[in-house]
Amino acid sequence: MTPAQALDATLRTDRGRCLAALISRIGDFQRAEDALHEACASALVHWGRNGVPASPTGWLLRAGLRKAIDGYRREASAGRHRSAMEVLAEEEAADPDPQVIADDRLRLIFTCCHPALEEKSRIALTLRSLCGLTTAQAAAVFLDAEPTMGQRLSRAKAKIAAARIPYAVPGPEDLPDRLNSVLTVVYLIFTTGYTQGPGLGTDLCEEAVFLARLLQSLAPGEAEVEGCLALLLLTHARAAARVSAEGTTLPPADQDRNCWNAALLSEGKTLLDRAIARLQPGPFQIKAAIAALHSETPPDWPQITALYASLHVHEPTPVIRLNHAVALAESGALHAALAALAALREGLADYQPYHAACAEYLSRAGQITAARSAYDRAIDLAASPADAAFLTRRRALLPD
Amino acid sequence: MKYLVLLYTAPGAEPSPGTPEFDAMMGEYFSMDSRMKDTATFLAGEGLQGVETATTLRKRAGKVQTTDGPFADTREHLGGFYLIDAPDLDAALRYAAEIPAARYGSVEVRPVMAYE
Repeated sequence: MTPAQALDATLRTDRGRCLAALISRIGDFQRAEDALHEACASALVHWGRNGVPASPTGWLLRAGLRKAIDGYRREASAGRHRSAMEVLAEEEAADPDPQVIADDRLRLIFTCCHPALEEKSRIALTLRSLCGLTTAQAAAVFLDAEPTMGQRLSRAKAKIAAARIPYAVPGPEDLPDRLNSVLTVVYLIFTTGYTQGPGLGTDLCEEAVFLARLLQSLAPGEAEVEGCLALLLLTHARAAARVSAEGTTLPPADQDRNCWNAALLSEGKTLLDRAIARLQPGPFQIKAAIAALHSETPPDWPQITALYASLHVHEPTPVIRLNHAVALAESGALHAALAALAALREGLADYQPYHAACAEYLSRAGQITAARSAYDRAIDLAASPADAAFLTRRRALLPD
Repeated sequence: MKYLVLLYTAPGAEPSPGTPEFDAMMGEYFSMDSRMKDTATFLAGEGLQGVETATTLRKRAGKVQTTDGPFADTREHLGGFYLIDAPDLDAALRYAAEIPAARYGSVEVRPVMAYE
């Protein structure tokens, strides 16, 4: 293996861990990143000359600490950083062993997903720091230019330092809210990957699953973490079947079950059962339970309806109410569902799935004229030509 | 670390003086002040008179211009502040969340610049 290959391999598996350990020792996000960057540059030179060390991760950590000390020394204000330098010198002399040093990535993810940062910055910082995406890859996720993303990441790191956003796992009183903030970032990464597909050179669904698994190993016994991982696995298991050959998005009931990943489904269900047994209910467990019910034939619609009602307590949004109305209709309560849909008209006027649902249930209720205009609106708002074509075919089936 | 905590509310959003709700709100402020003083968090804090008493001043080309009213024409106005000493942003935000103005308006938490 060449030094460059060894470095790539080390960074792929251990970059997040190295960065987390360096931040915790250096006490500054940007300095730690710069130190790791310089350590990598040195690694290429040293490893080329002396061979790849037995523990490349330990080597990078030690070199990173040394680079950070050099960085402090170079500054005119070195006196101000004397205590930091002493701590680092001690750490460096102690020869950090990656097998022994604590895994600080849990602290890192809580910092990256801090609610004092803008949501987009939380996602970008998490992808960059924990998943090891380059700035260019993080930019591609948001269709941003690389310098724009670079500035966003710098601003976020500067705020972490200036406002003193703690590098710590929150205490018990803050933990439920802050954990929800972290899991929301993981879920947003997943849904972004779900909508975009793996076409960007980075499979965001895989990155989200990686993060959820990491959280599960670092914070074992948290029901919502298990619920979130279960939700991702149960949804990911159906990825290959969710779009028809014509490119139309299919609901689980219309998907080819042979394309579902049975191993992921069963792992997701096992995790969900374990989470529910902890008796600490939360929104991610509810969403996972809904996803699990969708993979059964036929789905248990009355139970899905009840789950959407409890989800609405946690997340009182019009989209949750729309899903609740759909589940009501599928349970047989067509008229109650149509009344619920009518009440949502204003809030979801530009939301395509709303109009598609109205069209479907109005037509089932025999309100053909209203169904036709709902189809018209849904077709106008369709995200892809395939979805528009599907809705056009449905509209054509309406009686005159 | 010092943080300046700025309290913003819209006129009429808070309970009016003389109502039991106003007394309850003031009670919350007093107990919060003493809690902050007990934990050595409190450095300073004041409530401000209404925006109708504000005067804004600019100096352009050596000439002072004054205008009646606050600098920004917004619905929520600065109504008071705390200067606190807290170990980190999470601690500062926990205090901010207990300020009644957070319920009636909004509270901005800004780290204070350290000059060395």
